[in-house]
Amino acid sequence: MANDIHGKIQVRDLNFYYGKYQALKNISLDVATNMVTAFIGPSGCGKSTLLRTFNRMYELYPGQRATGEILLDGENVLAPGADLFRLRARVGMVFQKPTPFPMSIYENIAFGVRLYEKLPRSEMDDRVEWALTQAALWGEVKDKLRQSGMSLSGGQQQRLCIARAIAVKPEVMLLDEPASALDPISTLKIEELIYELKKNYTIVIVTHNMQQAARVSDFTAFMYLGEAVEFGDTNTIFTNPSKKQTEDYITGRYG
Amino acid sequence: MDLRYLRRRTVNIVNLTGSLLATVFGLFWLFWILWTTLSYGVSAFDWNLFHQNTPAPGAAGGLANAIVGSLIMVGLATVIGTPVGILAGTYLAEYGGRTWVAGTIRFINDILLSAPSIIIGLFVYEMVVIRMGHFSALAGAIALAIIMLPVVIRTTEEMLRLVPNPLREAALALGAPRWKMISLVAYRAALSGILTGVLLAVARIAGETAPLLFTALNNQFWSTDLMQPMANLPVVIFQFAMSPYPEWHTLAWAGSLLITLSVLALSILARTLLRKVRLEH
Repeated sequence: MANDIHGKIQVRDLNFYYGKYQALKNISLDVATNMVTAFIGPSGCGKSTLLRTFNRMYELYPGQRATGEILLDGENVLAPGADLFRLRARVGMVFQKPTPFPMSIYENIAFGVRLYEKLPRSEMDDRVEWALTQAALWGEVKDKLRQSGMSLSGGQQQRLCIARAIAVKPEVMLLDEPASALDPISTLKIEELIYELKKNYTIVIVTHNMQQAARVSDFTAFMYLGEAVEFGDTNTIFTNPSKKQTEDYITGRYG
Repeated sequence: MDLRYLRRRTVNIVNLTGSLLATVFGLFWLFWILWTTLSYGVSAFDWNLFHQNTPAPGAAGGLANAIVGSLIMVGLATVIGTPVGILAGTYLAEYGGRTWVAGTIRFINDILLSAPSIIIGLFVYEMVVIRMGHFSALAGAIALAIIMLPVVIRTTEEMLRLVPNPLREAALALGAPRWKMISLVAYRAALSGILTGVLLAVARIAGETAPLLFTALNNQFWSTDLMQPMANLPVVIFQFAMSPYPEWHTLAWAGSLLITLSVLALSILARTLLRKVRLEH
């Protein structure tokens, strides 16, 4: 990829292990600021694993470890002294299945904000409205903020989760197959949202859906068996891939 | 071909009849017990039952002191047993995982779960009653709390395990420390399940007799002093039923009916909550 684009996240020689099994091999790539970077590849290729190293989500599970460097604005987030909570405030995440907390829509958004800021009531109200507006959900829920987040439809729940991540004002958003559990219309809404969000956020998305990657992303990494086979701007990857493996996958010959 | 079909039909009918008969056999005794309790108990159900103390032989009276005693001891046991049980269950589900320590605790807890309650009564007798020098309501509550503990631990762990992992990850991904994730998200998701466990545990200790015989014993008079022996329904039923006095027999039946009704109410409440749990997952 072009070196002149500022890399928000720079991955250098990243290796990842589930116990003894090596899931990522010498990954090096740059995630450009305020762009959408997509990871594609067949199941088990390590794309979600890679995403989960960016906010050190893997640390929850014993036996999982990463070596190498992930530089967020030049700061290695894998360093032992790195502040995990600050990292997660800067790098938000949205999961495959919507994960609304068992509380009201309002409380869902306020939950994350309260971890970092003590806001008076009116400012919290503003923040909730702002986050829901950013996630294109405000119009649908503004009259039922006290209702449970679980009462929303799947697509709305997923936008609620995006709003919840936005509310803590992160710099990077990690989206782990954010639309794979949703119907086509909800998917479209999420994709439009991603397009809007990249103005303010650096977005990394893992997706199984190649058309989706082609539609929403600026850069695409094709991964296979734990390696980043090819990485470049999305147009090139999809129209003129340089590696045969990439071409085979994109044209549907395996995966 | 027809012969094989006939055979299947016959086997089916035989099995169906067998299992139906077994069900009827089981239910028959259950209904007999309930009917007896109801018919004998109802006759003594009046206002006196709730505001007069247990009488001397031959006199009229009620069960007021025993009812209040049971409420106090079961209540105190719940206050002791619930937080300890929930915290231990939380450790097993959220922190212990598959470690050696958690495995051992789980194993011991399972033993405690099926331990005869008389053993727990004897244990508390040795540890508390002998040291205090006399029977006391406090000892009774401690014994009941110990019986309640494994039930609460087990259900708390199981209900927290039902909470989907992505929900935990979502809270942690926002930067929440683990204790906040557990107390604000996981507990809330498992709330009705944990409450069900507590209710079932309360139902279980409500009718326990053996541990109270060794600890709280009984008291003929009105007493709310935790350091003194205290009347309670199970032991009163036991003593009155064993006596030769017809008035006492009637009161024993009334007490039995009272416990049965309370356990029934608790079970219905627990089932309602449990249905909510199933709907949520």
